[in-house]
Amino acid sequence: MKTQLIDQFAAQVSPEKRRSVYESTKATHEKRVKLLTTHFADPDGLRRLAGGIKQHAIENLDTLLPLAEERLKAGGAQVHWAVDAEAARRQVLEIMQRRGATRLVKAKTMVSEEIELAPFLESHGIECLETDLGEFIVQIDHDHPSHIVRPIIHKNRREIAVSFEKNGLGDYDDDPTVITRRARVFMRKKYLAADVGMTGANFVVAESGRLVVVTNEGNSRFSLAAPKCHIAVVGIEKIVPRDRDLSVLLNLLARSATAQQLSVYTEFIRGPRAPGQPDGPEEMHVIFIDNGRTEVLAGECREILRCIRCGACLNVCPVYRQVSGHAYRSVYPGPVGAVLSPLLAGEQFLSKADLPKASSLCGACNEVCPVDIPIPDLLLRLRDRAKREGAPSPGLPPMGPWSLLASQPTVWKAALFGGLMLDHLPLRLIPVPALQAWISRRTLPKWRGGQFRKWLKTRGKSHG
Amino acid sequence: MTPIERKPPLGRKVQLLATCLCDAFYDDAAIATVQVLEHLGVAVEFPAAQTCCGQPAFNAGDWAASRRVVRHLVRTFRGELPMVVPSSSCAAMVYHGALLAFAHEPDLPEVEQLARRTWELADFIVNGLGVKTWPGRFDAALAFHRSCHTRGSQSAEAAATLMRSITGVKLVELGEAEQCCGFGGTFSVTFPNISEAMGRLKLQHLRAAQPDFLVGVDTSCLMHLGGLAEHEGKPAKCRHVAQILRDALQNGGLLAAEPVDQGAPVAASAEGDPHP
Repeated sequence: MKTQLIDQFAAQVSPEKRRSVYESTKATHEKRVKLLTTHFADPDGLRRLAGGIKQHAIENLDTLLPLAEERLKAGGAQVHWAVDAEAARRQVLEIMQRRGATRLVKAKTMVSEEIELAPFLESHGIECLETDLGEFIVQIDHDHPSHIVRPIIHKNRREIAVSFEKNGLGDYDDDPTVITRRARVFMRKKYLAADVGMTGANFVVAESGRLVVVTNEGNSRFSLAAPKCHIAVVGIEKIVPRDRDLSVLLNLLARSATAQQLSVYTEFIRGPRAPGQPDGPEEMHVIFIDNGRTEVLAGECREILRCIRCGACLNVCPVYRQVSGHAYRSVYPGPVGAVLSPLLAGEQFLSKADLPKASSLCGACNEVCPVDIPIPDLLLRLRDRAKREGAPSPGLPPMGPWSLLASQPTVWKAALFGGLMLDHLPLRLIPVPALQAWISRRTLPKWRGGQFRKWLKTRGKSHG
Repeated sequence: MTPIERKPPLGRKVQLLATCLCDAFYDDAAIATVQVLEHLGVAVEFPAAQTCCGQPAFNAGDWAASRRVVRHLVRTFRGELPMVVPSSSCAAMVYHGALLAFAHEPDLPEVEQLARRTWELADFIVNGLGVKTWPGRFDAALAFHRSCHTRGSQSAEAAATLMRSITGVKLVELGEAEQCCGFGGTFSVTFPNISEAMGRLKLQHLRAAQPDFLVGVDTSCLMHLGGLAEHEGKPAKCRHVAQILRDALQNGGLLAAEPVDQGAPVAASAEGDPHP
């Protein structure tokens, strides 16, 4: 039986992995709900406010981005614009080559994953070290992140201990404290030797030119402490108008992402080291990356650009909980990824057009989204687009004939009574994939077509 | 989902959209809907040309096909009367989904006109008519399945309010109540593995809660959950909320039993006595 790709993937996920992804996403989600409802009288009102702030920002990028550039430059940073992934990669490489730099330490940034930066730099002889513990483990395993906040949600500590041993980081030991300490010892040397530190930005404030970076491990701070040069790669939708907007967004981000009041480290960066400051990079570059975002902005799913990458929609999504992140074949998995990935694929839209179908449209993602993105509506719009552009949809019964049936009352009524024969057919022999998919797992209720209409008639109260 | 602002109902007459699932499988849920509304003094008009709300094609992404069905719906349900639907899912299709599908269509205003008078049954009783308690009695433990299309609407709270008020009813909590049952329309057949896994989780919680009946405002979720349970050989008794309300009236002697062509008196097949 041919089903959708993500469904086929689901059948191969081991029960152990499924259980661990399920349990941890569920726990984070429940803690998040508790935190938001105890800390705020009206968390939904707050989500809508945050959504309004971000919507305003993305609809005013034409004024906010130049303002941010001006303020960043005033603070001593150099600002670059990258229209696509290729341009962004080149700019990073040029900055590094100009400085004769060969070693990069990198804090977690999803946009660097999106532009496939690390493999590119490595192919040019640059050592590129992920310093977020999860991303580091993904890197040494030549794996891919499976969650935007918790990249190794699909791995257990035994698998990690095996990787550490294989990579010369000590004999097998799956004690999390030991694993963390070993990573720390390894990374400290790398921080000190690095030429360039890279971060993303969770927010860029237009009015102040302030970059905001949140982490829990302090690795972004280390990445900025020793290296002489800081490069920040930032999607253009990360802009917010004012510093005070951060009070709303930071409060929601940490609670939504990891069920914390605030991340352990929240850094506000206004430029390279100023005269009189004891340390910090002497040079700072901010690369604003479009890579398809203005196309998204021009389309009917622009609300997705509000996203602050908290991962709450992944944690609550019943589909994500069953399949985890790799099923989505994209940097951004889960509900947000099912919208964003096909859109960012640009001309390759059809290659990702099945992702928006991987949802029962239950709406849980919209309910938890800290910026109130109507994700189900966007998934539906993309399904409509996929259909119009001729994407295949395995397992789906054709809707054209059905719609003809459902718009002709006489035919409809005939079918209702005709359906009675369903009860007398050997259902397993009918070669309709949708029917087989249903009855291989569920019984079909007894056909009662037209019985309600008959009842109405007998009792003589039908006015129709 | 933010539902469209609706007009308060005028008078005591409604049009009934019975839903295609009631038309094909769950006639008793539709019958109960009529009986419950009539008990409240509401005259029920059944436009016989009705078929479906158009949601299957809408969710499948075939919006052109969906619009064809919605246009038929709009033609069939003309006028100013409230349109009452014993399904939160079909109601949401009309007051939300159809508006998305018609965003760029010239006849959007006609669709909006219908959207503004579309009510899910429990929502209509509680928030349209202002009825907040239900007479009669029903001696059973009920687990209420909060179907996903009640999100952002007042339907789930309305249904729970009514059931809670019935003498003899004990509402039991379902674990992870906010989780989807996995039906999702065509999702149930295009993503059968995931759909089944989601349904099984619900059944686990259902079996832990041990209610006498699983009650919902949507026969679609009940068809999926009831079908899974029965396929496992461990049937679950499912009821539409209208059936509970109607049975409470009958048990309390407030409604004479009407002759019904018995065959499938309840929501899912193979089940027990509908009048505990």
